[in-house]
Amino acid sequence: MNIVQPRILTDRIGTARTTFVIPRNRQGWRYWKDAIASQGMGISTFAACLLIVVIAGALLDRAWPILSVESPKALVTSETWHPIKGQFGFWPFIASSLYVTLIAMALAVPAALFSAMYLAEYTRLRGLIKPLVDLLASIPSVVYGLWGVLFVVPLVRDHIGPASNDTLGQIIPFFATNNPTGYGLLAAGFVLAIMVFPFVMSVTEEVFHSVPQEMREASLALGATHWETTKAVVLRKSLPGVIAAVVLGFSRAFGETLAVLMVVGNVVQVPGSLFDAAYPLPALIANNYGEMMSIPLYDSALMTAALMLLIVVLTFNIGARLVLVRLNPETAA
Amino acid sequence: MTIRTATHLSIRNLDVWYGGQHALKDINADIPRHQITTIVGPSGCGKTTLLKSLNRLSELNTQVNVSGQVLLDGIDIYDPAVDVTEVRTRIGLLAQKPCPLPMSIYDNIAYGPRIHGQKNGKMDDVVRTHLQDVELWDEVKHRLKAPATGLSVGQQQRLCLARALAVRPEVLLCDESTSALDPISARAVERLLDRLKENYTVVMVTHDLAQARRLADYVLFIWLGEVVEQGPARHVFNQPREPRTRAYLAGEIG
Repeated sequence: MNIVQPRILTDRIGTARTTFVIPRNRQGWRYWKDAIASQGMGISTFAACLLIVVIAGALLDRAWPILSVESPKALVTSETWHPIKGQFGFWPFIASSLYVTLIAMALAVPAALFSAMYLAEYTRLRGLIKPLVDLLASIPSVVYGLWGVLFVVPLVRDHIGPASNDTLGQIIPFFATNNPTGYGLLAAGFVLAIMVFPFVMSVTEEVFHSVPQEMREASLALGATHWETTKAVVLRKSLPGVIAAVVLGFSRAFGETLAVLMVVGNVVQVPGSLFDAAYPLPALIANNYGEMMSIPLYDSALMTAALMLLIVVLTFNIGARLVLVRLNPETAA
Repeated sequence: MTIRTATHLSIRNLDVWYGGQHALKDINADIPRHQITTIVGPSGCGKTTLLKSLNRLSELNTQVNVSGQVLLDGIDIYDPAVDVTEVRTRIGLLAQKPCPLPMSIYDNIAYGPRIHGQKNGKMDDVVRTHLQDVELWDEVKHRLKAPATGLSVGQQQRLCLARALAVRPEVLLCDESTSALDPISARAVERLLDRLKENYTVVMVTHDLAQARRLADYVLFIWLGEVVEQGPARHVFNQPREPRTRAYLAGEIG
């Protein structure tokens, strides 16, 4: 029997101490299972981590033909996209991606924060509403895309576009429109915002909910109102988690492909207005991979686009991690 | 115009239901001004529930129902016309476990006064005075901007006390406020409370009878949701009238 026996030892001063003698012969099926479990878990964890290196390596390898003839700076900043002439300027795609994502985040994050606050702090209906919001997150993106085509695009075309053009657009060119179709940045940003909203909301709500009740009581017991407590205590305490949620939303939005390409218009240009059609990086890859592959360097250019997506999302995640470490060294490390 | 009588806080026919359970039954008590009143009794008999009913923190729990009156200088704090934030400003709370707000030491003290309209100009003085009051100033004066969570538990509890006093309450409720502290910090907080009763009415829950004997001027003994006996500490501790009080004091129950 391998039962650990306590043994009373007496040290030199004479104090009795209890120690445990660990049996040497770790044999038998139990120990095998233990070893397999710990090794197995370790291997799958490291394999997942390795995956990102493998993907980045493969993309870099396939992107190399174009990266070796053009400087990365020229690729990123050039606006001319003429694959047949061998001109690969990615700026229109990068700018489109950034615009669409930023519009989506600007619409989704405040709404998500306020609804998360409401659910966590103000209502007893959490148990009812939370599952509904989580359900929103599981709707396939093609459904959102279709809904965008059927509902959002006409709304932008017939109402929001003309209204904005006649008011704000008269002063700020960014709000003017000369795109009569409705397919463009705003429609894509809107659809994307609705897709990102449940993610950001669900995560921030969990974070708010995990703030200890004693902390709210501490604030309320000083005569603070509900809103003062939510703002100064709950939100402040949750800030690292809120940042993490926003980064998660950003990463999803930046890489979202299908729903966006269905409503964004897919015109290669640097958008100058909220209503202009655009062509984000994921749409570029999804629309063109497998076609016109006989054009020299075309395949390599698409791989470069994929590599750019990966780099942006990674940079953003690492940057957020650094912010978290500064805000709260204990939890983020 | 409120009349300053010997009774500061008066509990009238207070019943509290917790879920389906009748947690407090027809509580009547007069809490004397500028004295330390201790609520003693076995665990789970409703002490904390009673304490949290005195500044309406109990109503945060949606399962709690309260009926009856708690009169602060004659004004019922449960009156619908009464502003709950005003109630909680005048009746402060020192919780069982120290709970610093997620901000700096300085801001922990300044938080309450800022809410109540104190301008930032005099805030340095307010913060210093209250930290001195709880004998914490010398320990933290060089790191006022550091997060309050970096303090030891004993320091955190004194910070929480200073924070509670910074909004100038009249009554201070203490919920076993020394039970999470080491003996030395606990005695420091006790000493502070003993000094504070010159200016504040203190109501403390404790199940540490030795502490109650050291501090109490007035005692409420609660047993299964009912006040069994109440009165000046020397009477209750030395000549208890009720058999149940005697049994509790002798360590036979609770």
